[in-house]
Amino acid sequence: MTTSAVQIPEPREITTEPRLSDKVFRGVVTTGGLSSLVVLGLIALFLAYRGFEVIKQEGLGFITHAEWSITLDESANVVDSKFGLSAMLVGTILCSIVAVIIAVPISVFSALFLNFYAPAWMKRILVAIVDMMAAFPSILFGIWGFLVLMPSVEYWAKLINKYLGWIPLFEVKPYFFTRSPFVAGVVLAIMIIPIITSVSREVFAQAPLDRIQAAFALGATRWAMIKAVVIPYGRSGVVGGAMLGLGRAMGETVAVYTVLNIVFQVNWHVLLGAGGNVASLIILKFGEASAYEIKALMAAGLVLFFLTLSVNAIANFIVKRTGKSGR
Amino acid sequence: MIQTPESEKTMSSTTPSSLASVAQAKPERNGTNSAQGTGLETRGIHAWFGKNHVLSDINLDFTAGSVTALIGPSGCGKSTFIRTINRMHEFIPGAAMAGEVLLDGKDVYAPGVDVTKIRLQIGMVFQKPNPFPSMTIGENVLSGLKLAQLKVDNKDDLLEECLVRAGLWTEVKDRLNTHGGSLSGGQQQRLCIARALAVRPQVLLMDEPCSALDPGSTLRIEDTIRELSDTMTIVIVTHNMQQAARVSDYTAFFLSDGGPGEMIEVARTSEIFSQPKDQRTENYVTGRFG
Amino acid sequence: MSTLATPQKPWAKRPIDRARELAIVLFAGFFSFAFVAVTEMKGKLAYALIFFIAYALLSATFAFISRGAPAAKDAVVSTFVSLGAVLTVLPMLSILFTVIKNGLPGLHLGLLNHDMSMATPTDPIATGGILHAVTGTLTLVALALIMSVPIGILTALYLTEVKGKFAGPIRFLVQAMSGVPSIVAGLFILSAVLYPITKGYSALMGSLALTILMIPTIARTSEEVLLLIPNDLREAGTALGGTQWRTVAMIVLPAARSGLMTAVILGVARIAGETAPILLLTGGGDKVNPNPFNGSVGSIPYYIWKSFNAGSPEAITRAWAGLLVLMVLVFILFIAARSLSSRKISK
Repeated sequence: MTTSAVQIPEPREITTEPRLSDKVFRGVVTTGGLSSLVVLGLIALFLAYRGFEVIKQEGLGFITHAEWSITLDESANVVDSKFGLSAMLVGTILCSIVAVIIAVPISVFSALFLNFYAPAWMKRILVAIVDMMAAFPSILFGIWGFLVLMPSVEYWAKLINKYLGWIPLFEVKPYFFTRSPFVAGVVLAIMIIPIITSVSREVFAQAPLDRIQAAFALGATRWAMIKAVVIPYGRSGVVGGAMLGLGRAMGETVAVYTVLNIVFQVNWHVLLGAGGNVASLIILKFGEASAYEIKALMAAGLVLFFLTLSVNAIANFIVKRTGKSGR
Repeated sequence: MIQTPESEKTMSSTTPSSLASVAQAKPERNGTNSAQGTGLETRGIHAWFGKNHVLSDINLDFTAGSVTALIGPSGCGKSTFIRTINRMHEFIPGAAMAGEVLLDGKDVYAPGVDVTKIRLQIGMVFQKPNPFPSMTIGENVLSGLKLAQLKVDNKDDLLEECLVRAGLWTEVKDRLNTHGGSLSGGQQQRLCIARALAVRPQVLLMDEPCSALDPGSTLRIEDTIRELSDTMTIVIVTHNMQQAARVSDYTAFFLSDGGPGEMIEVARTSEIFSQPKDQRTENYVTGRFG
Repeated sequence: MSTLATPQKPWAKRPIDRARELAIVLFAGFFSFAFVAVTEMKGKLAYALIFFIAYALLSATFAFISRGAPAAKDAVVSTFVSLGAVLTVLPMLSILFTVIKNGLPGLHLGLLNHDMSMATPTDPIATGGILHAVTGTLTLVALALIMSVPIGILTALYLTEVKGKFAGPIRFLVQAMSGVPSIVAGLFILSAVLYPITKGYSALMGSLALTILMIPTIARTSEEVLLLIPNDLREAGTALGGTQWRTVAMIVLPAARSGLMTAVILGVARIAGETAPILLLTGGGDKVNPNPFNGSVGSIPYYIWKSFNAGSPEAITRAWAGLLVLMVLVFILFIAARSLSSRKISK
């Protein structure tokens, strides 16, 4: 076979002209597929449009000031208004970080339990319970949290304050523990544990069997195997799951509203019964809001939208990167 | 590397006489005293997956300091058998077994035996190279020590020794701190052998260690196996009869006729390939089936 | 072949192992009681905490004596891992228990065929009912289904069948959409539809917001289901001369039917108890409203919310009863989804 004489031809271009029915089909499906793009775009557009006036008037103060007040005269004209979200934003972040800090270790442990410790029958039952908990409505968590969980959590908060009160974060002055960001964080943690657990469980389940066996064949105990194989493999997946949980915690409305005392003052003390939350603010103020305040709430919604969108985008990016590198 | 295709070509034209001559080309060995311990024996090993009886009554003594090859068609229970030896069988849900595996006269399945200690004494190399990607080459070799929390005086010496014995030292000595994923398939498999050696096992089980590799890498690993067998007991499962002829001192033929896998015959490798006692063995090694 | 051998599992726990574990549990329990009694600690938390610490220490000590340091570490981690599983499941059990305990007294014969138009939440339990809320929720879900199922499944088809050049971005956007807070979806419908167009509460407004929340669930689950359909089926359809449209409509979708049903049910479970957008958009009437396009309409979450905020003992009981009804609904939907999805993909 002489290779020099052979002329390598250009690859032929293969074209197919779809039939009309297929063109229609593809058109319809593509339109449907693009709807998510349209909806997300419209959300940003309309909230920005409605909230524009307020954002323009408040400027950067909308996210740096803590005060939220509006004064109307008798004919419902706005006399004076001050809208600032800083207390609400700080509260949102505080509650959701408390939630993630509590939820991640518990979720990772229970995902490990499901994958590597539980017998098959127990795993089946527990997976069903976890999946079902993820589908529970938030109002259920809210009311249960308020009536059942809150007294216990307050007791724990007092214990933390008693022994760790010297840390500024756990300071409580005045001595008031009811409906604190910590309580809201615990309720949120219980809500996002199923989410992080199922993401972690799926990531851990993909840990390559041959490496797991290699570790066991080298005389590893179960934990040594997990540390050497499963954790390095699943780490970024767990981080992604935690970010998804964080996004969910930040956008949660009803459950937080029921257990959180909303105060328009920036408060970093988790155990103190004074918190803030953007989503709950909207529910709190919506009922009696004037037209102009509604616009401020729309602007607050816009801020929340971008906050959760960026957290989710980062989460997706991390989870996707895990899938690609195949580790 | 260059002579590889040549040697493969001659051997791929399978005739019993060529296999027998390959088997006889090695120096005759009975196992040497330099190997640690007194050896490995199995007594009446059966294995089940759920209700499925896959392996029946295997009695096999492995001589210390020798290589034993397990050959036979797919599904005859060879891999299951070696996985019962180091207790990897029990990871499969529904698995069960019967019989005894005696290491230095002690049953590895006896109550109260620490299974992790057993696996330290009986190392294993898998079909697909499986280095830990999160660790460097050096860390991979020493990973067994870390996993089992063993202390060793001089890690660098051990690292070098294991890599030398696995025939990988010259290729990787300048990049011990790079990740194992950058190695070729054959190098990765030798890295896995080095990793298994680092905990100083008495026995090394190899489950088709070359089936995922190219012919050149296969020969390198076979050389390594020959060298290692001076100091340890090696059991190798292979589909490749030439490989069995090239590396092993003893060969056991496994077969399943629809029921559980059984061991048909075990003998010196040269005998199995030149004058097998059982007709079925002869049919298999002459390529009439399988 | 020797048939005398019987399958054994030498690695399984022997009675003596189980006895030792039981002994450790009992001793740890006893120790926690003793410790709590002697020291000034109190409460369930103290018992549980001391119990787990005692259990971890004891099992680690045993493991250390019999099998050395790595085994001891393994035993401690096993305790923590089990603790994680317990802490995950415990809230669920507590929720089930309290909802059933507090909700049952709120159930009465007329609950499902009366509405609250003649009663207030603080009235005695036996008056009024949740007919308006049940019909309202059904209306909301039905309207949301009509809108979200086609869009959700079309999105999934775009991602799996058409695989157009926007597939990557759309998969990303669907993910992003699933993270949109429900309150934001509510505000969006408020600003984009309710204020400029209808200017009044209605079931339609609520279901528009629910549609936004439901689309990503349906789209993502459907995508997973469609990806499970073997490519051979599609190729067989195309090789027989079918157009893509016919292949999808006559082969792919029927094959994925039960999976798609699961996707829809999971979508319904996601929105059935959704509260925040309902509060903004539906008005929450106390009377059955037969017109889904006009006038305020009640729903189970709204009923729970209203009763809970009314605060009197009767009202709280009503809220628990509403939660019980809602939980049973979610439970039924969930069981249905699981039993459908556990079925093999069939014709």
